Amino acid sequence: MHTPLKSNIASDTPSLAIRARGLRKVFSHPISGVVAAVDHLDLDVPSGICFGLLGPNGAGKTTTLRMLLGLMPPSAGSLELLGLPMPQQSRRIRPRIGIVPQADNLDPELSVAQNLRVYASFFGLPQQISKPELDRHIERLLEFARLSERRDFRVESLSGGMKRRLTLARALINSPDLLVLDEPTTGLDPQARHTLWSRLEELKAQGTTLLLTTHYMDEAERLCDELVVMDHGRILDQGSPQALIARHVEPWVIEIRSAGRQTTAFAPLSSLGKLERHGSSLFLYTHDRQRALNDIDGLTASLPTPPVLLQRPSGLEDVFLRLTGRDLREEA
Amino acid sequence: MTSAPSMRAAWSVFARNFLVWRRLFWPALVMNLGEPALYLLGLGLGLGHFVGEMDGVSYVAFLASGIIASSAMNTSSFEGMYSVYTRMGPQKTYDAMLATPLRVEDIVLGEMLWCAAKALFSAGGILLIALALGVITSLKALWVFPAALLIGLAFAGPAIMMSALARNYDFFNYYFVLVLTPMLLISGVFYPMESLPPALRPWLDLLPLPHAVELVRGIVLDVALSRTWANIFSLSAYAFGGFFVAAWLVRRRLLE
Repeated sequence: MHTPLKSNIASDTPSLAIRARGLRKVFSHPISGVVAAVDHLDLDVPSGICFGLLGPNGAGKTTTLRMLLGLMPPSAGSLELLGLPMPQQSRRIRPRIGIVPQADNLDPELSVAQNLRVYASFFGLPQQISKPELDRHIERLLEFARLSERRDFRVESLSGGMKRRLTLARALINSPDLLVLDEPTTGLDPQARHTLWSRLEELKAQGTTLLLTTHYMDEAERLCDELVVMDHGRILDQGSPQALIARHVEPWVIEIRSAGRQTTAFAPLSSLGKLERHGSSLFLYTHDRQRALNDIDGLTASLPTPPVLLQRPSGLEDVFLRLTGRDLREEA
Repeated sequence: MTSAPSMRAAWSVFARNFLVWRRLFWPALVMNLGEPALYLLGLGLGLGHFVGEMDGVSYVAFLASGIIASSAMNTSSFEGMYSVYTRMGPQKTYDAMLATPLRVEDIVLGEMLWCAAKALFSAGGILLIALALGVITSLKALWVFPAALLIGLAFAGPAIMMSALARNYDFFNYYFVLVLTPMLLISGVFYPMESLPPALRPWLDLLPLPHAVELVRGIVLDVALSRTWANIFSLSAYAFGGFFVAAWLVRRRLLE
């Protein structure tokens, strides 16, 4: 079966969808003076993969995206999208990228189908393809977004998940080689998130390069082939989710609930791995799960109420917390 | 820096606005036509009863020509402020547009053309009412249509500038109370400009509305157009200058 959303024209996509060197953006702030929101960023995003841009709020993700999309001039550095320099060649790049923004900016007064049609006109599609072709293209996008039955509904009447799917369909109107998604599932319920993920996986299977920012580590772990964790405008590390987990955290995590204030009592555990406090819990990152559980039993045997224990394989969230370490962290 | 806009791209912005406007036709009709029509009837017939003639024509006809020009100004200004601001700020329509090949120049030109179309709609409506009432009789009055477009373009740029500078809707009060309303009162809409101090005249010529009123009055009352080219030149200068400054300010707001 041919891919329904990509054009049949042989794509001349180079091996790197995005290449940034020394990318920098400084803002002058009335109180804190000159602040570098993005500080000498080097980024290589290979074509055809899903690439994640992770970081806490204020890490510089949105500024990076805005520079990538030519919506903000960089203070320094060079940038190439799909092999073309940005922003110099933005007129040639724009028709080949799609954007799913963080905040919904659909036309609320227009219907679902009208939103797609109007967006097609911004790309000049009515001048490039015949009307029946455009109609078919819009039908396929509605089907892809599971919105065919809602085509004549006003956007105002859609649920949050439907709006997101429409925004995704709209970003695909120009059959982009590169799709940029800024926190695409923030605020959605679990069903809506899963539906959107399956759509993104289908796009990836079709060869569209995805660049994704997200706060959800499960989302990044599920979708991203490769990702960077950034903070304070710099990249802290880069790799596949598995590689990052292997590099930064021990394979097992045991969470001791409500033990955050008893750091000293549990201090002996630190011989088995890393002991960290996040919120009211203690986290033990370890290679030797069995021994750790035994030791915890020993340490808590004398307590009137033994603490609640949770154990799980470590994940991207642990990498994220360790790298960006916003929380009060105590190394015992 | 501002580059030349693409007409095709600007047209897609215009067409989008038209599509939305069709859905909101009735409230728009009341706003753009109802209000100036009430002024015309209320002031023209009521005040006209006492005033009788002004500048050699009936007061209703005098006022009608002034209100055609001022309603073009108001409609264009409203669209360039409240509607453009909504699309630039809360509704983020321009963010969506800038994610496509559209550029700021295309958007600003499209919006200015749309403001002008709405000015035409409003001024044309008043003209039809005045024709129906027999206040205006000359068929030459139909030249008001292109004049209204030009007036709409002249006022669209400054209004879009205000939108680019505004941080909330209340900001527009300044422009209305400090700029548009005073201009409305001294531009010959309600009484001839000859009654103003002569020393003021050259300064008033720098404003766009006196030119708009002069142009429209000459057309609809079928009297000799005294300074047609000066009128057209002044309004065009506002339209061109307005475009470049508005595009610069919108770019600064959205892309820096």
